[in-house]
Amino acid sequence: MKIHEYQGKEILRQFGVPTPRGVACFSVDEALAAAQQLGGAVWVVKAQIHAGGRGKGGGVKVARSMDEVRSAAQQILGMHLVTHQTGKDGQVVRRLLIEEGAQISKEFYLGMVVDRSSQRVALLASSEGGMEIEQVAAHNPEKIYTVRIDPVEGLSVADAARVAHQIGVPEVAIPGAVTVLQGLYHCFVEKDAMLAEINPLVLTADGRVLALDAKFNFDSNALYRHPEIVAYRDLDEEDPAEIEASKFDLSYISLDGDIGCLVNGAGLAMATMDIIKLYGGSPANFLDVGGGASKEKVTEAFKLMLKNPNLKAILVNIFGGIMKCDVIADGVVAAAREVHLKVPLVVRLEGTNVKLGKKILAESGLPIISGSDMADAAQKVVDAARGA
Amino acid sequence: MSILIDKNTRVMTQGMTGKVGQFHTIHCKAYANGANCFVAGVTPNKGGQSFEGIPIYNSVAEAKAQSGATVSVIYVPPAYAAAAIDEAVAADLDLVICITEGIPVHDMLRTRYKMQGKRTLLIGPNCPGLITPDEIKIGIMPGHIHRKGRIGVVSRSGTLTYEAVGQLSALGLGQSSCVGIGGDPINGLKHLDVMKLFNEDPETDAVIMVGEIGGTDEEECARWIRDNMRKPVVGFIAGITAPPGKRMGHAGAIISGGQGGAETKLAVMEESGIHITRNPAEMGRVMQKVLKRS
Repeated sequence: MKIHEYQGKEILRQFGVPTPRGVACFSVDEALAAAQQLGGAVWVVKAQIHAGGRGKGGGVKVARSMDEVRSAAQQILGMHLVTHQTGKDGQVVRRLLIEEGAQISKEFYLGMVVDRSSQRVALLASSEGGMEIEQVAAHNPEKIYTVRIDPVEGLSVADAARVAHQIGVPEVAIPGAVTVLQGLYHCFVEKDAMLAEINPLVLTADGRVLALDAKFNFDSNALYRHPEIVAYRDLDEEDPAEIEASKFDLSYISLDGDIGCLVNGAGLAMATMDIIKLYGGSPANFLDVGGGASKEKVTEAFKLMLKNPNLKAILVNIFGGIMKCDVIADGVVAAAREVHLKVPLVVRLEGTNVKLGKKILAESGLPIISGSDMADAAQKVVDAARGA
Repeated sequence: MSILIDKNTRVMTQGMTGKVGQFHTIHCKAYANGANCFVAGVTPNKGGQSFEGIPIYNSVAEAKAQSGATVSVIYVPPAYAAAAIDEAVAADLDLVICITEGIPVHDMLRTRYKMQGKRTLLIGPNCPGLITPDEIKIGIMPGHIHRKGRIGVVSRSGTLTYEAVGQLSALGLGQSSCVGIGGDPINGLKHLDVMKLFNEDPETDAVIMVGEIGGTDEEECARWIRDNMRKPVVGFIAGITAPPGKRMGHAGAIISGGQGGAETKLAVMEESGIHITRNPAEMGRVMQKVLKRS
């Protein structure tokens, strides 16, 4: 689960990581009041959306007067902010962060991830702050310093200081950098984060080390023990279809194509998308109904797919293990009736109770196209989508 | 022969009395030699009771001492599953298979750390388990799709593994063992570990390796295959059409930071001499062709 920058900074401050003073705002008036409350002569007006790359897209502006705060807030609030992470339609900006300006003398990158290969939390640090770390990794990998952290020892003062030296933090600011690094690690572990980034981490003219940005992604499997993180959820930042799906415990992701897929199991669902593409079609979604789909769940899955105006055909691909093909067939028939299905439906069933499942489909009186195997079903659904 | 498990394996079930544990225990017990293999259950505070004639113990250590089981399968709910693995490791079992889906990643980081220097092997979590056809099934896969034979299967996903197995069986190609290693980023045995076992197994002639987007485990396995594998390998990677930054169901199935894309994996696999297919419906037929050639 992702959160906004201002929320991430709230969390960081709880772990002793200094940030610029700032106020989250939902309107231009609030932005002006916030700037006044913060005082000073320079403010930064920052769009709050979950995607990265906001600066390049015009979502971050420096203001040197109240008039400039007003015009920046007016421009940014409500804009469709397009970044390399939002897709071409961009994301509507509904929240701002107004911050005091900082006198920056140097920028760094800090990141933390769960590293699969070492099975540790890895700290990534670089002197190349403010840039996309993927770019640094591609062109200057020697400028990324990595520490794999021992879960029992944690990140020691010595290790943190070594990292800070390595990326070029000057001697006087080392204690400040150590505080940030250790704070970030404690926060990462205690809050069950999967990814955290402070980009840039800055050294100010007066020698302080500040987190100028904060990006977090939390483990959705651990949210049950973090109601405080769940409270940060912003549904405006999520795809409505994906929110709807999560209510029914369906794993759903919208894609650009026109063939809906309903599959059991994530791997088979991806393979189904792949084979549709291979046969010349284009998948409209990823949809994993999971191991124990009921009739209701299948019906909801159909409703979700049918909300997509581009939908031209549906492929149901089920390999029954725990899930019985007859139960799925009942669900498919009931769903097709309930939603008055207008688009062609291809169903491929295999596994537990497959004969019974196929019988239910055949006797339903519905124009369901049967696929004998994955290839046959993919070919039929691609043909059906073209004909529609 | 086979890898990891056979008809002589003795298994305890942690979380046997929950709804999921009960369901799968019945099916595993009914498969092949299951009635002799599944000898104990573990549920705290239910020691002395039994389910389907299988005695229940309060702890893994007690179950091991009383029943002789050296392998455990876990259906414990996600919040407690990592602790269940820890208990099995502390009891020095040979092998632990964790079926549970949804264990917090930081729990698994701590569990994997505690496993360092221990002899216990872990499969999963978030996996279908493993099966040696006509001998023993430990996990949630449908037993009836398998045939006894000489092809090894290793996969990160559940139903896509069944798809591969179904294709093999339909072509008359039986399996030596099929191992679902699971879809989580922090887990036990990787493709590479299972591949090494198949390479050494005299009753395995060839292997199907099914991977998916996320991480670099398939690449690491492919490089090892290039230098060491004495048997043909057929490979498929799910997620060619998956967009970067979107998690495809499995916690580990995400293309991020320029890593984990399907095309990269396929390219490394192909360079390493693996017979790859981009068509998930062709895994069995590619294997058939490869076997005819060799």
